[in-house]
Amino acid sequence: MAQHSTSTINYKELILNGIVKENTIFKLALSLCPAIAVTSGLKNGVLMGVAVLFVQVMVNATISLIRNFIHPKVRLPIFMLVISGWVTVTDLTMAAAVPDVYKQMGLYIQLIVAFASILARAEMFASKNKIAPSMADGIGMGIGFLFALTVISFFRELIGKGSLWGMPIVHAKPLLIMILPAGGFFAVGILMAFFNWIDMRYLKKSSVSSH
Amino acid sequence: MGSEFTKLFELIISASLINNFVFTRFLGLCIFFGVSKKMETAVGMSITFTAVMMINASLSWLIFNYVMIPLDITFLKIIVFIGVVAGLVQASDTIMRKVAPGLYYKLGIYLALISTNCIILAVPLINAGEKYSFIQSLAFGLGSGLGFALALIIMASIREKLELADVPAPFKGLPMAFVITGLIALAFTGFSGLITL
Repeated sequence: MAQHSTSTINYKELILNGIVKENTIFKLALSLCPAIAVTSGLKNGVLMGVAVLFVQVMVNATISLIRNFIHPKVRLPIFMLVISGWVTVTDLTMAAAVPDVYKQMGLYIQLIVAFASILARAEMFASKNKIAPSMADGIGMGIGFLFALTVISFFRELIGKGSLWGMPIVHAKPLLIMILPAGGFFAVGILMAFFNWIDMRYLKKSSVSSH
Repeated sequence: MGSEFTKLFELIISASLINNFVFTRFLGLCIFFGVSKKMETAVGMSITFTAVMMINASLSWLIFNYVMIPLDITFLKIIVFIGVVAGLVQASDTIMRKVAPGLYYKLGIYLALISTNCIILAVPLINAGEKYSFIQSLAFGLGSGLGFALALIIMASIREKLELADVPAPFKGLPMAFVITGLIALAFTGFSGLITL
């Protein structure tokens, strides 16, 4: 993890880093639970991604603002407190704003608290950097997550229900398995392999994630 | 009394098989893929996990029903429950190191991992949402722990064999593990309809 404490901060690179190089789901294989749980429809996937994006940016900003007041020994509990505070805000907002979606995925919104990726960014980046780069980092990571969820839910809804965002598109018998729990695992596995394949083919990197 | 007992049994079965956390609710996946490479670590994780799960379920239930409901602060449940988990893990870490160093040496590392597991947070949240009684919460905790243990052990035994298999290069490692989990999940859908609660 490079330290970006110098005055020349490349914001574009920071944001791209989260989307491509360290994509939470496809590259780091963190925070996988919602990637499968809520991606049976495009709408749910996108809303979940937006919720995570919001929490990630706000947590990074908050922690970066208070980073000089936190004693290093108690930093993890404080990070957890900040994260659960922002998750509660998101949780209550979504319960009020989109009750029908919230009914299906309320539990997973609350479980954003336990995301390793958010805690990791707070610990590795926001606690060492100023507020602007921290927010850029949060935006990059959040968009990377949103992108992953969008791709997965796009394919799952298109193949599993023959529709997108609730609108029927394909008028053929859909492949029901893709919206079943099992289909989520297949979709993520195949997409991960696809991104690995692109890496190997075009970026000529021989390192395959093997953890 | 008889029907009460049957209900608890149904709750355990449904939490461990029908609504298995890993295969139908997709929780705890990070840990699931992280420690299912070797049989030995999978067994160690399962034991620690089930024990912590039951203590956590009962502790959270007590706090939720005797502290949070009277004070009318149930909207803070996420913050409180994560505090309970973190405190519990830290406490059991310290106690185990003093009381049973041998056990600590074997299972200690799993304890630290558990605090970042979403199942451990999901169980008290579901208990609170469904308004389970104390005994029911305990049964739900036990069932979820057993279900997670079952999933881990099945997966570990498959992945040990997978080391020898000839997998296409892009699929090596995690992607293949995902596809296999999908197949197991497909088998677990067969359990739905076993009991209608």
